Amino acid sequence: MPAEAASAAHSLPPLVDLIGIWLAAFLTLAIYSFLYGDNPVYKFAEHIFVGVSAGYFVVIAYHEAIINDLIKPLFRPQEVGLERPAYSLIIAGVLGLMILARFIPRYDWLSRWPLAFLFGLGAGVSIPANIHGIVIPQLRETIRPLLVPGDWWTAFSNVLLAGGLICTLFYFFFSVEHKGALRYVARTGMFFLMVGFGAGFGNTVMARLSLLIGRIEFLRYEWWPTVVELFHRLVG
Amino acid sequence: MWQRLMRIDRRWIFLAIGLVVASPFIFGWSLPLGRPSPPTKALFDFIEKLPPRSAVMIAFDYGPASMPELQPMAVALARHVLSRNLRLIGISLYPQGTSLCQQAFMKAASEYGAKEGVDWVNLGYRPGYQSVVLGMGTDLTKVYRADHKGTPISELPVMNGIRNYDDIALVIDLASGATPGMWIAYAGARFHQTLAAGITAVMATDYYPYLQSGQLIGLINGLKGAAEYEVLINKRDLAALGMTSQSIAHLTIILFVILGNIGYFATRSQQRPMGGGQRAR
Repeated sequence: MPAEAASAAHSLPPLVDLIGIWLAAFLTLAIYSFLYGDNPVYKFAEHIFVGVSAGYFVVIAYHEAIINDLIKPLFRPQEVGLERPAYSLIIAGVLGLMILARFIPRYDWLSRWPLAFLFGLGAGVSIPANIHGIVIPQLRETIRPLLVPGDWWTAFSNVLLAGGLICTLFYFFFSVEHKGALRYVARTGMFFLMVGFGAGFGNTVMARLSLLIGRIEFLRYEWWPTVVELFHRLVG
Repeated sequence: MWQRLMRIDRRWIFLAIGLVVASPFIFGWSLPLGRPSPPTKALFDFIEKLPPRSAVMIAFDYGPASMPELQPMAVALARHVLSRNLRLIGISLYPQGTSLCQQAFMKAASEYGAKEGVDWVNLGYRPGYQSVVLGMGTDLTKVYRADHKGTPISELPVMNGIRNYDDIALVIDLASGATPGMWIAYAGARFHQTLAAGITAVMATDYYPYLQSGQLIGLINGLKGAAEYEVLINKRDLAALGMTSQSIAHLTIILFVILGNIGYFATRSQQRPMGGGQRAR
């Protein structure tokens, strides 16, 4: 990338790309201006971001879902490789239209049917899949031998895993008062939780810095060369 | 002095972090990268062992907001897959993922002379999350009838013989949300599809358990993981470049944390009232 940037310093990208790069640079700096304090430039950039994101999503969803999954299979089946119209989609289309009844107070009860269908379908699909694919495999993975002859490190890891799991679960067990020896079990659970939160927070710091690094890389290797080149051309 | 430090305007901290992060790019500093972590290496090794023309699918389940972390991963993975003469298939469960997939694949393809439709394809976005993942397990061609440009699947040599997960050697989910869990629950558990994930660092602690249980064969964690992958394929790019900033910024933050704690304890002892203070009252 630095090499590409160096070569880019001697030539400007096409005008459309150049405008895009400058717009992106302006919006980046506008968003970061919030760190100094709330200001109209930041608000402007924020509103543009929200508006463009929503607009982009609506256009893509309309094209991919409504046109490709409903209109074409029903009215232009050959375009999507079907021999005859998929009439069953009429049910889905009607259910989809019923959701829009929420905007008409007199008929807003109609929207409950497609929502009930969605919730029922979602729960029916996801509950067994999550129990089978997430909960059970993860539970199974916590059941490990505590004594591994010849491999004391694995044995230690397994004891730590089992101990951490039991203590952490006990921390959230409120039917017994946490006093006496049980207090230490709960406190150990809290210690494991704190280690987990610490790891999570450390990763979060790394992630947020990565976003800043990404923007600085953009400014340094895509925007700055155009600034230098434009300056040279203007000055001569 | 400590009291003054404790009252410092937070904007000075922001400025310091900004300067620290920008410095390596301005002055060209570079710190060495450590050894790749086992989860990243495991994914690299898995792809290395795949026979030629095996199909690898990358799901672009993120938007531009997560590009700095995930796009370098996508480019590095695409480079690795194409350099090994494997078939590369891109899909997206996020609307913005289609264009990010195209950018990453085109960049990698141009370096290895890989042809769109023959060596790689971008199938684009399909709405429906679970229904897309489940549908591909039965018949991929019913979920994706054409690529993102509208070319029918039947006319794409890269898709020859690919009907469902049985014909795909590996699915890698590059994600900024909860989609890896969905891939694990639906494609992994139900269809026994081999899975790996590339995730933002924020999500990392949530997904290590799946690595331990073998539900993921590899995991690339944030910018650091992307930099590790660039080192593994011997093609250092934006992620490796950014890691110097990352390391220096982390050191700066650690310094700030230490200074903040020293300042806190120093000023607390100065502010404590004589004779027991509030407790005596």
